Amino acid sequence: MAGISSASKNARHLELGLSDEQAIDMYTNMVKARRFDERVLLLQRAGKINFHVSGIGQEVAQVAAAFALNREDDYFLPYYRDYGFVLSVGMTLRELLLSVFAKAEDPNSGGRQMPGHFGHKKLRIVTGSSPVTTQVPHAVGIALAAKMKKKPLVSFVTFGEGSSNQGDFHEGCNFAGVHKLPVILMCENNQYAISVPVHKQLGGRVADRAIGYGFPGIRVDGNDALEVYRVVKEARDRAIAGEGPTLIEAMMYRLSPHSTSDNDLAYRTKEEVDEHREKDGLPHFKQYLIDCGIWNDELDADLQTRIRKELDEATEYADKAAFPTPESTLHHVYANDDQQGGLR
Amino acid sequence: MAVMDYIDAIRLAMKEEMERDEDVFVLGEDVGVKGGVFTTTKGLHEQFGELRAMDTPLAESAIAGVAIGAAMYGMKPIAEMQYSDFMFPATNQIISEAAKIRYRSNNDWTCPVVIRAPIGGGIFGGLYHSQCPESVFFGTPGLKIVAPYRPYDAKGLLKAAVRDEDPVLYFENKKCYKLVNGEVPEDDYIVPIGKANVLREGDDITVIGYSMPLRFVEQAAEELQQEGISAHILDLRTLQPLDKEAILEAVRKTGKVLIVHEDNKTGGVGAEVAAIIAEELLYELDAPIMRLCGPDVPAMPINPPGEKFFLLNKDKVKEAMKHLALY
Repeated sequence: MAGISSASKNARHLELGLSDEQAIDMYTNMVKARRFDERVLLLQRAGKINFHVSGIGQEVAQVAAAFALNREDDYFLPYYRDYGFVLSVGMTLRELLLSVFAKAEDPNSGGRQMPGHFGHKKLRIVTGSSPVTTQVPHAVGIALAAKMKKKPLVSFVTFGEGSSNQGDFHEGCNFAGVHKLPVILMCENNQYAISVPVHKQLGGRVADRAIGYGFPGIRVDGNDALEVYRVVKEARDRAIAGEGPTLIEAMMYRLSPHSTSDNDLAYRTKEEVDEHREKDGLPHFKQYLIDCGIWNDELDADLQTRIRKELDEATEYADKAAFPTPESTLHHVYANDDQQGGLR
Repeated sequence: MAVMDYIDAIRLAMKEEMERDEDVFVLGEDVGVKGGVFTTTKGLHEQFGELRAMDTPLAESAIAGVAIGAAMYGMKPIAEMQYSDFMFPATNQIISEAAKIRYRSNNDWTCPVVIRAPIGGGIFGGLYHSQCPESVFFGTPGLKIVAPYRPYDAKGLLKAAVRDEDPVLYFENKKCYKLVNGEVPEDDYIVPIGKANVLREGDDITVIGYSMPLRFVEQAAEELQQEGISAHILDLRTLQPLDKEAILEAVRKTGKVLIVHEDNKTGGVGAEVAAIIAEELLYELDAPIMRLCGPDVPAMPINPPGEKFFLLNKDKVKEAMKHLALY
């Protein structure tokens, strides 16, 4: 990237406090997440792995949000499509692939959980489960602990618009509102909860629900990386200043089926998907970088080659890595039980 | 050694643990200014402030979920469910989350939360202020479950629960609060989780139980002694993990066993205790394993005859013990 810098000092990312390198780094993570997703779909179709749940179409908002947070101190509670997010806070493609292949070395769960169930204590990615939105009260609890311990950090939690209907979402929001806790709640509104479209999930807007909890709710175009960055950054500033939570509803579209077990054309049309493909924020962000004069096709080709190589290596490594031993199934039910497992 | 009520022993345990470790805090409905609907947390708000004796919004899943989040961060929360009957909205947080956090993260994350909940009837609480929900959580690996009967154990087990590295459900019996008293050391001690306790030595029959019904068992044993029947009584104290060795030893002692609890019979803790005995000691038994439990109805009614019919008492327990002795 040497020698290339923004042609205009008025470039949006510079105005927001992002350097050229950071803007390119954001783009890199978006592309990484996209290529990862495509690779894993391929592995599933080839019969190498059993299952994949995709985040295609959501990477832009995920990566932008991560860059607006403090990646040294904040706590992250991502949901199962957040590949772009976890890559941006330090998880590697190798670690993601180890999880995809359910290998012993997988830092998320040691090959125990489905892929997309993130957890990595060193990176402060909090372990998650499959019953949706249980992570919202956890994020609130971490924010409460931060307040009690007077630590200048926030917890950041994501979830889909479908799961924003769960009681845990409302209970968590209300608790956070009452105690003005430093938590940022970002709904990735991708228009579908498996097959059920948003108009059958929500009577109103997710963002408007914040009014009932006494804190701001902001709707943002999830395909606009810099707008998401700005909104999350402001939310973080508010949280650190003791002004409490923010609910962000990032609007996007789930370009992939719900999972590899889903045929999405049973409930939506190809035309609808294609229409949204046009709005995909990833190529738009690339074009933005090109327009700023800090990116070009040659650099892009290099990046794609680099990521391809990293993915190939990660895939091969994870494929060859050892599974957990069968007996390890008994371990870590309780503290210090790896000699016998469980309570027996 | 001071003699104190069961409820005072619970309160003292929380006070001591909060004094010992500033990461320990209590949260729940009405636990702050009011000091709890039963006065279990009385005085904590004054001593430790509103953040560490925290009144929460009325939403049990958030009480559990927020406590779980704080525990994952490194705090030592004691979450209070006002009545165990109101714990069910938090069941997903307890079973899907707290119980599985260590396992699902392959020992990376831990969840050292304590969830306290008053169980049991006899206070004219009707269906929803009287239940014993322990069988709902029993058999969920990843959880520890304790249910003290004596004030000594109430204090020692709560302190052990707070210091435990894993989630502990602490079922305190609301009928015991003011009814059961006993000697409680005013200094620091714990009762280890997973250890049962022999309440009374005897030779003819063994009675195994936990929580409030043990009071009836003790009273009945005293009377039966006059009639020449000597009862051996084992207080499980911890329901999960069960103290298998203590159970087997207590049964071996007499070869006759009665299992007693207030939770309903089908699928209750007693069923597992019976299975353990049957697996290990069948040929050492001189009588069938017997159980005396709450009837299999949804919960006890509020009308006095109905509540009395549902609940165990000294006479019912004595009759069952005598029946076993004479078998």
